[in-house]
Amino acid sequence: MSKATTPTETVISIKGLRKSFGNLHVLRGIDLEVKRGENVAVLGRSGTGKSVLIKIMVGLLKPDAGKVVVLGEDVEQLRGKELDAFRQKVGFSFQSSALYDSMSIRENLEFPLVRNVRNLSREDIDKAVEKALEDVGLSQTINQMPSELSGGQRKRIGIARTLILKPEIMLYDEPTAGLDPITSVEINNLINDVRERLGATSIIITHDLTCAKTTGDRVAMLLDGKFERVGPFDEVFADKDERIQQFYNYKFVD
Amino acid sequence: MQSDTTKSTDSTSGRTVTTRRLDKFFLNLADVSAFVSRFFREAVLPPYEFKEIVRQCFEVGYRSLLLISTTGFITGIVFTNQSRPSLSEFGATSWLPSLIAIAIVRALGPLVTALIAAGKVGSSIGAELGSMNVTEQIDAMEVSGTNPFKFLVVSRVLATSITIPILTMYTIFVALMGAYINVNLNEQTSFISFIQEVFGAISYVDIFASVTKSIVFGFTIGMVGCYKGYHSSKGTEGVGKAANSSVVTAMFLVFIEELLSLQIISAFR
Repeated sequence: MSKATTPTETVISIKGLRKSFGNLHVLRGIDLEVKRGENVAVLGRSGTGKSVLIKIMVGLLKPDAGKVVVLGEDVEQLRGKELDAFRQKVGFSFQSSALYDSMSIRENLEFPLVRNVRNLSREDIDKAVEKALEDVGLSQTINQMPSELSGGQRKRIGIARTLILKPEIMLYDEPTAGLDPITSVEINNLINDVRERLGATSIIITHDLTCAKTTGDRVAMLLDGKFERVGPFDEVFADKDERIQQFYNYKFVD
Repeated sequence: MQSDTTKSTDSTSGRTVTTRRLDKFFLNLADVSAFVSRFFREAVLPPYEFKEIVRQCFEVGYRSLLLISTTGFITGIVFTNQSRPSLSEFGATSWLPSLIAIAIVRALGPLVTALIAAGKVGSSIGAELGSMNVTEQIDAMEVSGTNPFKFLVVSRVLATSITIPILTMYTIFVALMGAYINVNLNEQTSFISFIQEVFGAISYVDIFASVTKSIVFGFTIGMVGCYKGYHSSKGTEGVGKAANSSVVTAMFLVFIEELLSLQIISAFR
């Protein structure tokens, strides 16, 4: 596991964030600051609003209250071209991988590049696509369709598609959900590798303790709509809070 | 006394249900209006998705061509066959080409094409966008700096609005060919005289009305498919519902539009 060295500049600042869906109050006052180059793993049970949090950070959802500032931009205020430009700097890896089914892997990877970067030659595009696939170890899949890939391969291609624009911030939504332990380890290594190569700041949404421990410099524990504990993994889980211990000590009972 | 109380409660809950349904209806109406007005706004403003529009035009045409060829041809043959006995009672079978031309150009051609397209293209658009919505592909497009509404909705609606009138003209041609074969076999009418009869019966107003109507049908089919797919509920059931609802709603609206266009065109004629 690699950790960032002396991060200083705050690139993500969340203050008093609230979000409800009807009578369901998902986020009840979230505060978080993330420094450049830092990896923060957000842990919590399913349905606690972890994904909602990162969707607000890229403007896919609007908050009810609070402020989210990412790379110096107040996300809620961004519109049109400004929002598009901002989104190029923030990569989002979806839980379902969200590969475009009707496009080949090559077309999937080309898509953000062709549409966002002007004056690229065919050669430049091909090189970028080949490099992105090489980085995730899936060069051989270039002409395949998403339906021909396994879950783990789809996840890695999803990450490669996000990385092709070289984002400053990466948001991972449940990167290891539904994967076997070996593939999960590969994904965790890839997340750390991305930080090393691009120097990207990452927020990793997960309920997988191994993923959180392996990839996160800090862990933010989301309980009842708030970050109850934020800090290094071992510190957070040394807490005697029953809810945290329940999360940590849960074991399969036959 | 007790019965009065029950009645009043029922009546109150009845009102509540009605109010809720009305609220839902008006909310849906507002949602549809916003979706349609967004289409016109996004269609006019650059950047334009020419490449995607051309690709979608090809998809719409390619998906429906075989089915439209078959149904158009059969429609021509069957309609001619069914019309013959009535005309032969008056010894007027020579009017068959004129009658068929008027029926096919004014109503059957656009209607058959629109119904086939609603089933084939509308369901496909609804299912495709519904599936993209469920698997977060639309969100992925948005966060990668692409306007998904312009890329997915505008291109598809423009493609159906452009392609369905072309398909309609093709259906009319194929249906008339079917009719000609039937007429030729039974009345030994030559191709030249069949064509002369056909063009003698229809006017430019008929062709113009047919094309205009088909543009409206195409717009409706594309818009309904996109709206249903774009707003599908999460889950695989939502995809099925989006596809099904796209076909049913589009077909219903096509018939309503056919009825309205009949009134408008009659006024011009």
